Amino acid sequence: MEFSELIRTGRAQAQLLRGPEAPPLRGTLCVTGHHLLLSPGPQSTPDLWLLLLRSVDSIEKRVAGDSGTIILRCKDLRVLQLEIEGVEATLDIARSIEALSSLESVITSFPFFYRPKGLRLGDAWHFLPPERYYKRVARETDAWRLSEVNEDFSLCPSYPRAVIVPRAVDDDALARSARFRQGGRFPVLSYHHAPSGTVLLRSSQPLTGPQKRRCAEDEELLRAVLAGARPGARGFILDTRSAQAAKQARMTGGGTEAKAAYPHWKRLHRPLERGRPLQESFVRLVEACGDPEQSMDRWLSRLEGCRWLAHVKEALSTACLVAQAMEREGACILVHGAEGTDSTLLVTSLAQLILDPMSRTMAGFQELIEREWIQAGHPFQLRCAHSAFSHARPKHEAPTFLLFLDCVWQLGRQFPLSLEFGEGLLLALFEHAYASPFGTFLCNSEKERCLCEVRTRTHSLWSGLNQPKEQRKLRNPLYVLNPLAIWPSVEPQSLRLWQGLFLRWTHPPEPAEVAWEKVWQIVTGREETEGSQPTASA
Amino acid sequence: MEHIRTPKVENVRLVDRVSPKKAALGTLYLTATHVIFVENTPDTRKETWILHSQISTIEKQATTVTGCPLLIRCKNFQIIQLIIPQERDCHDVYISLIRLARPVKYEELYCFSFNPMLDKEEREQGWMLIDLSEEYKRMGLPNNYWQLSDVNRDYRVCDSYPTELYVPKSATAHIIVGSSKFRSRRRFPALSYYYKENHASICRSSQPLSGFSARCLEDEQMLQVIRKANPGSDFIYVVDTRPKLNAMANRAAGKGYENEDNYSNIKFQFIGIENIHVMRNSLQKMLEVCELKSPSMSDFLWGLENSGWLRHIKAIMDAGIFIAKAVAEEGASVLVHCSDGWDRTAQVCSVASLLLDPHYRTLRGFMVLIEKDWISFGHKFNHRYGNLDGDPKEISPVIDQFIECVWQLMEQFPCAFEFNERFLIHIQHHIYSCQFGNFLCNSQKERRELKIQERTYSLWAHLWKNRADYLNPLFRADHSQTQGSLHLPTTPCNFTYKFWSGMYNRFEKGMQPRQSVTDYLMAVKEETQQLEEELEALVERLEKIQKVQLNDTKVKSKQSEPSRHSGFSTSDNSTANTPQDYSGNMKSFPSRSPSQGDEDSALILTQDNLKSSDPDLSANSDQESGVEDLSCRSPSGGEHAPSEDSGKDRDSDEAVFLTA
Repeated sequence: MEFSELIRTGRAQAQLLRGPEAPPLRGTLCVTGHHLLLSPGPQSTPDLWLLLLRSVDSIEKRVAGDSGTIILRCKDLRVLQLEIEGVEATLDIARSIEALSSLESVITSFPFFYRPKGLRLGDAWHFLPPERYYKRVARETDAWRLSEVNEDFSLCPSYPRAVIVPRAVDDDALARSARFRQGGRFPVLSYHHAPSGTVLLRSSQPLTGPQKRRCAEDEELLRAVLAGARPGARGFILDTRSAQAAKQARMTGGGTEAKAAYPHWKRLHRPLERGRPLQESFVRLVEACGDPEQSMDRWLSRLEGCRWLAHVKEALSTACLVAQAMEREGACILVHGAEGTDSTLLVTSLAQLILDPMSRTMAGFQELIEREWIQAGHPFQLRCAHSAFSHARPKHEAPTFLLFLDCVWQLGRQFPLSLEFGEGLLLALFEHAYASPFGTFLCNSEKERCLCEVRTRTHSLWSGLNQPKEQRKLRNPLYVLNPLAIWPSVEPQSLRLWQGLFLRWTHPPEPAEVAWEKVWQIVTGREETEGSQPTASA
Repeated sequence: MEHIRTPKVENVRLVDRVSPKKAALGTLYLTATHVIFVENTPDTRKETWILHSQISTIEKQATTVTGCPLLIRCKNFQIIQLIIPQERDCHDVYISLIRLARPVKYEELYCFSFNPMLDKEEREQGWMLIDLSEEYKRMGLPNNYWQLSDVNRDYRVCDSYPTELYVPKSATAHIIVGSSKFRSRRRFPALSYYYKENHASICRSSQPLSGFSARCLEDEQMLQVIRKANPGSDFIYVVDTRPKLNAMANRAAGKGYENEDNYSNIKFQFIGIENIHVMRNSLQKMLEVCELKSPSMSDFLWGLENSGWLRHIKAIMDAGIFIAKAVAEEGASVLVHCSDGWDRTAQVCSVASLLLDPHYRTLRGFMVLIEKDWISFGHKFNHRYGNLDGDPKEISPVIDQFIECVWQLMEQFPCAFEFNERFLIHIQHHIYSCQFGNFLCNSQKERRELKIQERTYSLWAHLWKNRADYLNPLFRADHSQTQGSLHLPTTPCNFTYKFWSGMYNRFEKGMQPRQSVTDYLMAVKEETQQLEEELEALVERLEKIQKVQLNDTKVKSKQSEPSRHSGFSTSDNSTANTPQDYSGNMKSFPSRSPSQGDEDSALILTQDNLKSSDPDLSANSDQESGVEDLSCRSPSGGEHAPSEDSGKDRDSDEAVFLTA
């Protein structure tokens, strides 16, 4: 397919309005296969304004007289307005943007064409998260092994090639357990908490169905987990659905672990919102934040009506419960909901941030996202197809990953010295998850990424982010290694709206940026002092 | 002393507000100034001190098997729950506290017995630290348009005003006295702030006694001379900070507001800030929300909305912003009043001054601002904060709201203020504590009659001495954002008004951020400075050595490296080490609240130790608590296990094995 077929018009004269703070930009507008360009003419600086078409969430066009207006609402929640000369040109450009921004083909997407200077293809794709993580686990315990039973993705299409499983369970048993779990997602190790000798596992729901079937190998697997943990360990199965929803799932072939079949495992239900209600919550919140008429009288009840902060509270408290049961009660935990690709990952990744100081470092956090979200099969392409502005009826969209980032932000606010990365990284991850020139968040699973040769044909986001010039934006200068668990408060008084994200474009973040600069200055000023110590001045 | 029915009760339990099962056993003491609870635990013997003047309400609850519960709510938002074994003891404590918390004479207040071991000279110097005549000089006064008036010498004209007041040069005594007769409580228009960049001013007064048609020539002249004192503008704003309806209702009582037809060249403006009764109820409602046990997000947001508190804060801010803009952008002078001109007027004038003048955003300047717009202009501290027993309807969190406005601004402009949140919290604490004499009485006249300065100490000197604790490391005096007036975004920004948990839930440490950026940065700054000094000294030494031993090239300068981080990093960590109750309604996992008790000890106000009179001790004071709490809360057993539906789930009995 040729992009040129979709481009109705090459160029037009236009003026770009970028919100209250930035000055308007005037010049020649141009649509290319992946970008919208505005070139203000040879003499002016900055010389080019560029927007990735993939990041356009919705487009609204109006014509009046002999000119037109296009309002672009972007996936990063920015709203841009283009004033274009000529009615025909306006309509053509709008249609071109519409067509190009919603292309579904992965291999023609921009990451396959993006070749930035200074980066080499293949860099930073070296993460083999399960393998790398297994090396760490193996140092801590020998109860687990790395299994390549999913080498060809035939057992579980949404798992990576290698998974960490109890040493006592062989690949055949895994295969049987996989057939007993939705989408083949049998229980695998998510995190080993060395200090307490307990583990965190994740899976999808068991396919008990209305006949209440059982699977001996699946039961054996969970038995082996407890046997491999500290002596006398008990287990909790944390179901992210309500008890009722879990029961209802039996009608469609799913269900929950029967009590008698899994002795020493107790089931807990912590319903977390997912899917469409979560997406709608996101949409309502963005709408409320963008409403200039919002009066003080109704703001708090409107915020309440969005439910977003309630979801943040629920997600964080569930993760805390998991972490607490592991660290304080010495219990092993299996987390699953239905598919095990959304709220399950939300809980397991947050629990790790709370417990594991490693995951709070810059490198550790990137590994966590790679291992617990990307490799673990969170369907990014489906979930992030649209952001909060799309008029299209949501199909598979859900801001689960954004909810995760928000929870991390809340952790960072309560423990401002304990995360090595700052808000800048979280904002960047949000942006790139929804639209990116890098290949990291492409596709829905490792299997799909292999088919598309993402690793060899696109650049990794991590190599982009880990360039020295980005560090001042992404790092937390206040970071001091905190070897302990960080227990956040989940009281409503302690949770806040993430202004830096939801009000980023409507509310100038300038004072906060000035403060951030000052923090850097204080901290790095000190480094300069260190550097210039007169050790060899004689 | 005669009011203390029982000075000591043993085997009292201090209930942990957050996990009620956890209570500390100890002894309760009543002294002339404090309630003291001393834990029995032999190694810590932790003490909780509460000043009588901080007690807001005491509630005796229904007796249970364990004893008789007594709930004490404090004006600094601390809540203490005690269980006293004997009903009779409880009653005695209750009756004693009721009396002790409501002293009838100023002499009963703590400041008259508080002795920080300073000599007479130091005390006098302390009172001279903040000098309003210096402040008016700083504003550029007197000048061609404004002069110091002695019309209120000996409080002859207005007994709630100070003796030293600035008025326009052309305002004769005749005009002032005439105008004062036409104003509630004779609070005539006087200068609050002078903006020397463009000669515009902020003046304040009480409402005119205009009724439906009354006029006063002198009052009209007074407004005219204020306008003329600003040659740059041909009109002045008159801002009535009340809702229009309230102002109109006042007309029936012979009061009211200025009729634009009678005064030449005024622009009249209502800004609806509610009265003290509405504010008192609003705070009450908000505190009820703060007291909820494990509220859901909805409970909290709805409760906060219904309290109206943030809406009121915004109204005050909006008024301040309006005035600051009128002065700075339009170059127009503003006369502000409400009813008596000592509550809303004080709030609004001080917010406007704070926005206009960076000096008020410094540590010293902020003290000056409170001294000027609140203390000297007769804000009724005694009535509003209930220092002496009085009419409960007079009590209202007027200055609390101003302090919160400042905090809201600090949140929006992290680099604009020289002081930090702790400074605001400590000022709030001491407004109620009556430990220092600054906020006593209702007017300057009363304070002078009571000889406050000879008999008590000044809070300002105390705060200034400990200023290192109150500095904001992010303050950028040099930055364009912090110079001149603060520029608030023009778009209405409701989102920016946030709930201040650092104030209203400040005794629930678990809810606050567990690590303090402020303290960390201050430590880094201090260390940097030390290193720089060391470096300088070394360079100097090096130069000397080089001069002496020109030939010797082997100079070894050994840098003694202080162990970095060790000072502050660890302490931060340990505070992080306690989980809260995440299991919601299920009583399973032990609940949160690391350090409820520690703030208690923070309230220790010993007479021989001035340092410890801070409302809370240094930030790391609760570092042990993390550890201590761990042992108490070590979760036990699976019978706790949260919500399990085992009862309902009988499927397993008839389960069919799946042979996959």
